[in-house]
Amino acid sequence: MANRDDIKFLSNPNIGKKRKKYCRFRKFGIKHIDYKDPDFLAQFVNEQGKILPRRITGNSLKYQKKVAVAIKRCRHLAMLPYVTDLFK
Amino acid sequence: MKNYEVTFIVDPVLSSDEIKGTAQTYEDLIKDGGGKIVHMDEMGLRQLAYPINRRSSGIYYSVEFEIENGSIIQNLELSMRRDERIMRFLTVALDKYGVQYNEDKRNGKIGTVERKEKKGKKDKKQISRSVAPTEAIAEARAKGPSSGPSAPKVPPADAYNEPGNEEE
Repeated sequence: MANRDDIKFLSNPNIGKKRKKYCRFRKFGIKHIDYKDPDFLAQFVNEQGKILPRRITGNSLKYQKKVAVAIKRCRHLAMLPYVTDLFK
Repeated sequence: MKNYEVTFIVDPVLSSDEIKGTAQTYEDLIKDGGGKIVHMDEMGLRQLAYPINRRSSGIYYSVEFEIENGSIIQNLELSMRRDERIMRFLTVALDKYGVQYNEDKRNGKIGTVERKEKKGKKDKKQISRSVAPTEAIAEARAKGPSSGPSAPKVPPADAYNEPGNEEE
C-alpha cells in the first residue's frame, strides 16, 4: 500500500499544502484599529489605494469592517489617498 | 464620561503663532464646555495624500478629551466648520478599547510597522499590550506570519533519497 517507509518521491509530497489563513486581529488580540496610522492600514490596501478583500487579507468579518471604517476615516483626513497608482 | 477624539488639519501657510492659537482656541472651547482634555497631540506638518483647498500639506492636531454631556460637540464642530484656518476635521467617539489603545500608545507600548525597502511583504505591527503577555506576542511576531502551523517537516532522509537499498 502507500505509506510504506521505502517509497521514494522526486519531490516533497507535502509541497503545495496551503498555509492556514487566520485573522491577525483575533490571533494577536488586537481590539482597536487606529485610523491615524496609515503605515499599518497600508497593509490592507492595494497599489491603487483600494481596500483589499477579506479573502486576500484573511481578516474575520468583524475586523474587516473595522479596518474598512478606519481606512475611510484615514482617507477623509488625507493620510491615505482615495485613488492613486503606484501607491506602494 | 464619554471619551472623544477630534483630529483636525490646520492650514500650513499661517504663522506658527496663529497655528498654535487656533489649536488653543479649540482646547479652550472644550474646557469651557466642561470637558477634560486627556491629551493633545500635535502631529505636526504632514504631506496630504491629495490636495485640499489647493494645499498639499497641513498641520495635524489630535485632541482626546473626556466629557459628560456630548452636546458641546455640535458647537465645536460648528465653529470648526466656520473657521477658515481649519481644512478638515473628524470627531470620533472612543470605546474602551480605543481609550486603552491611546494610553498604550502614549506609554510607548505600541510599536510601528517597519517598511522594507524592496516591494516585499511588510513586517506586521509590533504590538505589546498590557493585557496579553508581551513575550509571547513578541515571539510570535519574530517568527513571522507563517508561524501558526509550522511548515510540515521534511521527513528524514530515509523516507526517500535513501542512499542504500533501492527497491525496484
